[in-house]
Amino acid sequence: MKVLVPVKRVVDAYVKVRVKSDGSGVETNNIKMSMNPFDEIAVEQAVRLREAGTATEVVAVTIGPQQAQEQLRTALAMGVDRAMHIEADAGVEPLAVAKILSAVCDQESPDLVLLGKQAIDDDSNQTGQMLAALRGWPQGTSISKLEPGDGTVTVTREVDGGLESLELPMPAIATVDLRLNEPRYPKLPNIMKAKKKPIEQSTTADLGVDITPRLKQVKVEEPPARAGGVKVSSVDELIDKLRNEAKVIQ
Amino acid sequence: MSAILVYAEHDHTELKSGTLSAIACAREIGGDIDILITGNNCGDAAQHAASIEGVRKVLLAEGEHLENHVAENVAPIIERLAGDYDYVLAAATTGGKNIMPRVAAKLDVQQVSDISKVISEDTFVRPIYAGNAMATVQSTDAIKLITVRATSFEAVEAGGGSASVESIESGSDAGLARFVGADLSESEGPELTTAPIVVSGGRGVGSAENFQLIESLAGKLDAAVGASRAAVDAGYVPNDYQVGQTGKVVAPDLYVAVGISGAIQHMAGMKESRVIVAINKDSEAPIFEAADYGLVADLFEALPELDKALDG
Ligand SMILES: Cc1cc2nc3c(=O)[nH]c(=O)nc-3n(C[C@H](O)[C@H](O)[C@H](O)COP(=O)(O)OP(=O)(O)OC[C@H]3O[C@@H](n4cnc5c(N)ncnc54)[C@H](O)[C@@H]3O)c2cc1C
Ligand SMILES: Nc1ncnc2c1ncn2[C@@H]1O[C@H](COP(=O)(O)O)[C@@H](O)[C@H]1O
Repeated sequence: MKVLVPVKRVVDAYVKVRVKSDGSGVETNNIKMSMNPFDEIAVEQAVRLREAGTATEVVAVTIGPQQAQEQLRTALAMGVDRAMHIEADAGVEPLAVAKILSAVCDQESPDLVLLGKQAIDDDSNQTGQMLAALRGWPQGTSISKLEPGDGTVTVTREVDGGLESLELPMPAIATVDLRLNEPRYPKLPNIMKAKKKPIEQSTTADLGVDITPRLKQVKVEEPPARAGGVKVSSVDELIDKLRNEAKVIQ
Repeated sequence: MSAILVYAEHDHTELKSGTLSAIACAREIGGDIDILITGNNCGDAAQHAASIEGVRKVLLAEGEHLENHVAENVAPIIERLAGDYDYVLAAATTGGKNIMPRVAAKLDVQQVSDISKVISEDTFVRPIYAGNAMATVQSTDAIKLITVRATSFEAVEAGGGSASVESIESGSDAGLARFVGADLSESEGPELTTAPIVVSGGRGVGSAENFQLIESLAGKLDAAVGASRAAVDAGYVPNDYQVGQTGKVVAPDLYVAVGISGAIQHMAGMKESRVIVAINKDSEAPIFEAADYGLVADLFEALPELDKALDG
């Protein structure tokens, strides 16, 4: 089976983002950028499938600015076979990303596409489902387990009430959740080797996809701040405050 | 006047609270509100929807292939109806998140996810970067597909309405995803996303056995139990207890965080709570910056003491 893994360059999960004072977005200059954490998990899963002999080829693809190649290098260092960069400004919307990925699927004919369940910058949680719809393929979203079968994959989804499992005939789409696996840290020799590997490049125009945004970003603001609280010195004081000041318990 | 379709989630008898919040959001947008119910033997849920004031009609699609809300079977129904509406709304639950983008792509619409505020007929606010920034976005699509952050809209109550229930064409099994089974956790206490009080435990709790301490306090306060990702990853509690950017969003009157450090991703799911209490032995833990009342203490001493004090 061939696996395609779309990866996104995002502000690192442990950076506290700052909103630009002109309200045009969040500050990304001189900020640590990383592969979307969910996509790392997707890459890890794909590489494990290949190590197990289930997958024959793993291809990573990113849509983004030139610097997004750094994230492809990470994917290569983790063990993907090929990397594709489709150049575009940052901020391509999920619908357009899904259309681009669908065009990539036309070329690559993957059996399985593993995406992150959400990008931690836009928090959209849309792209995988949209790609599945465009291709008419089955989807398993927010998965914490994946078992390959004969022409199928069985996935366990994390849902609001617990877990649910689905059997998906391939080609199929799955979006991964945090508990699927623990991604590896690439070893230094692999990082060095990844630097020399070719990256296949194209543009959204090459693929014939219109990426004009549908949403106009009017402004970006800081969330309302919480007023600072107090420290209490004992359990009794805590209960007193909750009863008599905040009046949230009896 | 615009027409709004709300895709409902239900337990066969009643609409889920996230859907009741999506209906509240629909009221804010303003227009004729229809509710779509899909499932198998869910006439009671349809009656519940019909009893909500301001609902114009309830559309009911039933069939075995809809029992488990498999996206591949539900999305085509919404897609077929969407042409008659200006808006299609659903709660930003795992159900809504699963189905709605599938509809959006088919309709060539850029969905607006997880909105927390309605500014005007086409402009909405939504959190981005785990709620560290709020984006105001204007949709240019003819049909607006929206998922709604339940904690930002107060659930509507049933009663006062008498809409008609109309059975509609339910399609057939798409033959794509096959539902294998579910492993739903049974918690006895109140539901996490709607409980007025939530007590959550983190890595500091140390083990599944020690989580008894959290459950006991929750029991005394008639609270729901939540957890940080670290506590779920360590296997102390099931996945559906997770509060945060990638778990559940809660906004109770009182949120008690015990042995939780207060990572950005955890705060994303609870910082809209009215009153936040933190119990942590590290006085520098970031959770104290969000807490209205912070108690620097070892939880293994503080929780039994709290338990006792609440008894007395
Ligand atoms: C993409 C992404 C998404 C994420 N999504 C989520 C999410 O949805 N929800 C979430 O919660 N996390 C999420 N995380 C993880 C998050 O970054 C933190 O790792 C996690 O919240 C930490 O959990 P914790 O506070 O329980 O553990 P820790 O950070 O280890 O904190 C444990 C705390 O317990 C205290 N403690 C220890 N012993 C005691 C004691 N005896 N008495 C009192 N206090 C004690 C310590 O002082 C410490 O502050 C996500 C991370 C990523 C990268
Ligand atoms: N620009 C992009 N390039 C490659 N993959 C992407 C891009 N944007 C989103 N994705 C994929 O889609 C997933 C979900 O993103 P989103 O729908 O934006 O939350 C991500 O985890 C990635 O796997």
